[in-house]
Amino acid sequence: MKMNQRFRLNSIFVLLALLTVISLTGCTSSVKGVNGQVIVYNWGEYIDPETIRMFEEESGIKVIYDEFETNESMYPKVESGAVAYDIACPSDYMISRMIENGMLSEIDYEKIPNAKKNIGAEYYDQAKGFDPENKYAIPYCWGTVGILYNQTMVDEPITRWEQLWDEKYADNILMQDSVRDAFMVSEMLNGFSMNTLDPAELEIAKESLIRQKPLVQAYVVDQVRDKMIGGESAIGVIYSGEAIYTQQENPDLVYVIPEEGTNVWIDCWVILKNAPNKENAEKFIDFMCRPDIALINFEYITYSTPNVAARDLIEDESVKNSEIAFPDLSQYDNLETYVYLGEDGDSLYNELWKEVKSY
Amino acid sequence: MTSNKKWLSVPYIFWSALFIVVPLGMILYYGLTDRTGAFTLDNIIAITTAGHAKALRLSLLLSLISTIICFLLAYPLAMILSQVQMKRHNFIILIFILPMWMNFLLRTLAWQTLLEKNGVINHLLTFLHLPAIKIINTPAAIILGMVYNFLPFMILPLYNALAKIDPNVINAAHDLGADHLHTFTRIILPLSIPGIISGVTMVFIPALTTFVISSLLGGGKLLLIGDVIDQEFTRTSNWHLGSGLSMVLMIFILVNMVLSAIFDKEGEGSML
Amino acid sequence: MKSAAKRIYIALIVLFLYAPIGTLMVLSFNASKTRAKWGGFSFKWYIALFQNEEILRALANTLLIALLSSLIATVIGTIACIAMTGMKRQAKSILMGITNIPMLNADIVTGISLMLLYISLGIRFGMGTILLSHITFNIPYVILSVMPRMKQLNPSTYEAALDLGSSPINAFFKVVFPDLLPGILSGFLMAFTMSLDDFIITHFTKGVGVDTLSTKIYTEIKKGIKPEMYALSSLIFVTVLTLLVLINLSPDKKEKK
Repeated sequence: MKMNQRFRLNSIFVLLALLTVISLTGCTSSVKGVNGQVIVYNWGEYIDPETIRMFEEESGIKVIYDEFETNESMYPKVESGAVAYDIACPSDYMISRMIENGMLSEIDYEKIPNAKKNIGAEYYDQAKGFDPENKYAIPYCWGTVGILYNQTMVDEPITRWEQLWDEKYADNILMQDSVRDAFMVSEMLNGFSMNTLDPAELEIAKESLIRQKPLVQAYVVDQVRDKMIGGESAIGVIYSGEAIYTQQENPDLVYVIPEEGTNVWIDCWVILKNAPNKENAEKFIDFMCRPDIALINFEYITYSTPNVAARDLIEDESVKNSEIAFPDLSQYDNLETYVYLGEDGDSLYNELWKEVKSY
Repeated sequence: MTSNKKWLSVPYIFWSALFIVVPLGMILYYGLTDRTGAFTLDNIIAITTAGHAKALRLSLLLSLISTIICFLLAYPLAMILSQVQMKRHNFIILIFILPMWMNFLLRTLAWQTLLEKNGVINHLLTFLHLPAIKIINTPAAIILGMVYNFLPFMILPLYNALAKIDPNVINAAHDLGADHLHTFTRIILPLSIPGIISGVTMVFIPALTTFVISSLLGGGKLLLIGDVIDQEFTRTSNWHLGSGLSMVLMIFILVNMVLSAIFDKEGEGSML
Repeated sequence: MKSAAKRIYIALIVLFLYAPIGTLMVLSFNASKTRAKWGGFSFKWYIALFQNEEILRALANTLLIALLSSLIATVIGTIACIAMTGMKRQAKSILMGITNIPMLNADIVTGISLMLLYISLGIRFGMGTILLSHITFNIPYVILSVMPRMKQLNPSTYEAALDLGSSPINAFFKVVFPDLLPGILSGFLMAFTMSLDDFIITHFTKGVGVDTLSTKIYTEIKKGIKPEMYALSSLIFVTVLTLLVLINLSPDKKEKK
C-alpha cells in the first residue's frame, strides 16, 4: 500500500515534468536577426502579429515584442530602466509626461519617410496638443470616446452626455472606470475643458458624477464591449475603435459622438531616449507606417488609423467612409485631447475620483 | 545534529533577508517620504481621509463576512471529508486546489457570465419559471467572488486539522456518555483551532487586500482598500501613498501574526 | 439518508467551485469571439490555439517557471523547516513571521518592492528575475505545509540511524524524508499552483518578451480575451483532471473487487 501511494505521488511529479517538456519542445525559437534586434513595448493585442513577422523577414531585424495593459503600468517599467526598450506606444497625455521628464528621443523624419508621407497632417495637428512641435510622436491609432447605445432599449436617439443623467435610464448606464474618461464626461456636460485644473470647476464635475452614480449600472473599462453586445445595458461610454466590432456582433448598437464634445485620443510610436537600437527602431516605425502594413493592422485591431494612404486602400466602401472609423474631425469644434496635468494635477483628479467612487 | 541545523538555517535567513526584508524596507522608505524625499507621515495619515477610511471599513466588513461564510461552508465539509479514508487524502486536496489552475481573471470573468442580468443562471431560472436573481454589481456579488476565490484556503487547513484527530478520542468520548454536541464543542472544535486560525488568516487577509473582484463583479461602485492601493501604484503612479496605505494594512497582518502566536502556540495550523 | 445529505452537500460545494470552470469550457467551443453571445459550436479556437506560437511559448514559460520555482522553493523551504526546529523559540517566531509576509502582503506591494530590489542590485530582468520572485512567494506555502509534519517527527529514529552507523545525509533520506514527504509534496503542489496563477508580481519582475499565460491574459484585456485562452485552460484542466482521476482511482477500484 505504501509503495502504491508513493507511486501515485511520484506520478504527479512525472505528470508535471512531462507537461513542461512537451510544451518546451512544442515551440521553436524564431529567426535570429542578422541585423540586430529592436525591442517594442505596445498595448496588448494592438498589432497584427503577421506584420511583425513580415518586418523580421524583410529587414533581418529580430523584434522582441512586449505588451502592457495600461499607460500607467507601462510608465514605471520604462522609467525604471528595468528593461531598455527602443519603442513604445503610449497615449497622448502619457507622451507629454514622458516628454516633460526627458524620456523620449527626437524623431528624425528623414529616416522615417513613410511617417510624413502617409499620415494625415490633421493628425499631426491634433498631436500638437501634447507634442507641440511634432518632435517626438508618430500617430499610430486614434479614436474618440463616445456613447454606444442599444436602439431596442431606448425610446429616443441618444445624442448628448446629458442623457446619461436621465433617470429613466437608471441601472442601464455603463460608465468608464478611469479617472480621466469619467471626469471628461462630466466636464463636457458642464461645459468645462477636459484638462481643467480649476478647483471650482472640478468640484462641480465631481458633484455631477456623484449625482449620476445611483443611475450607473457599473463602472467598467474593458467590459463595456461584452456587456453591450450581450444587451446587459442600454447605454455605455466606449472608445470608437470598439464600436465597429461591437456593431458587427450586435447590429442594434449605435455609436455617437455627443454634441457637447468629447475626447480625441491618439496612441503614437515614440523612440525612447536610451534606445539601444535606435536605427532599427526607425526602420520598424517606418515599416509600420507603410500603407499596406497599416491596412493589415487596421483590419486586425479595428481602431482608426491616421494613415491616410492606408485608408485609401480599404476596399469596403462602407468601412472606408464609416463615420465611426473616420469621423470628419473638422465637423466638430469641441474635440479635445488629454494633456498631462502634472503630478499635483493628477493627484487632485484622483482624490476627487476616489470621493466619487467611495460615495 | 544541532550544529548542523544552525548552519542549515543560513541559506533561508539569507534568502528572506534579501527578498523579503530588504524589499519591505524599500516600501517603508516610500511610505515614509514624499516626492521630494523628505520624511513625512502624510501617506499613513491619509488612511483617515473620508474616502480611504470608508474603503478600509468596507473592505474589513466584506472580508469579515466572506470569512464567516467561508468558515460556515467549509467546516461541515471538512468534517464530512475527514471521515473519508486517509488514502484518498491527496485526491481530496487536489479536487479543491485544481480550480486554481485556471487563471484567476478568467474564473472571475466566468462569474460575470454566470451572474449577469442576461447571464447563464438567470437563463436557467427563467427556463424553470423562477424569478431572476439580480446580484451582479452589488456587494453580494463581491462577497460571492471572495468566497469563491478563497474557499479552498479555508477548506484545506480545516480538513487537515480535522483529519488529524484520532477517531479513538471521539469514540472514547461517546463511550463516556458525551452526546454529539458535547463531543463537538469539547473535543472536535478545540482540536481544530489551529486549522481554524490558519484558514481564517488565509481567507481574511487576502480578501482584505484583494482588488479586481470589486471592479469585475461589484461593478466598480464600491471602492475597496485593495483597489485604492492598486490604483495608486498602477494608475496614479503615486507610490508614496500606495506604500503608506499598504503599511497600514500590514498592521492587520501583524495583529494576525500575534493572534496566531497566542492561539496556535505550536504552529500546527497547516494549509495542507 | 444521512450519508445522502452529506454527498449532496459535497456535490453542491464542488459544483460551486467548478461552475465557472464549466462556463469557460463551454465558452471555448463558442464560435463567437465575445463571451456575451453564443455563436454556435466550433472547434476553431482549439485549432487556432495550436497555431499560435506566442500562446504556446507563454505556456512553456509558465510551466517552466512554475516547475522550477516550486521545486527550488520546496528545497529551500524544507531545509528551512529542518533548520527552524533547532532554533530558539523567539528567533523561530520572528523568522516565521517574516516568512508569512509575502503570502499575506498585497501582491502589488510585493511586486513593486521586488522590482525595486532588482534594479538596485543591477540584475538583468528576464526569466531569472521572475524565477527569483516566484521562489520568494512560494517558500511560505512550502514551509506552512512541511512545518506541521516536522513537529510530528520522532527525533530518536534519526539518532538511532546515526548510532547504527548511517551518515547524516543517508539517515535523513532514509528516515526523516519519507515522513516529511506528504507535507513536502502538498507544499510543492500549492507552490506550483500559486506560481501558475500569479500575474502582478510577474508583471513587475519580468523581462522583455518573456510572457506567462497570466501576463498574456491580462494584456489581452483591453482588446478582449482571446477565446484561445479558454481553449487552452480547458485543455490543461481536462488533461490534469483526467490523469489525476486515473492515478487516484484506478487502484482503488481493483481493491474493491
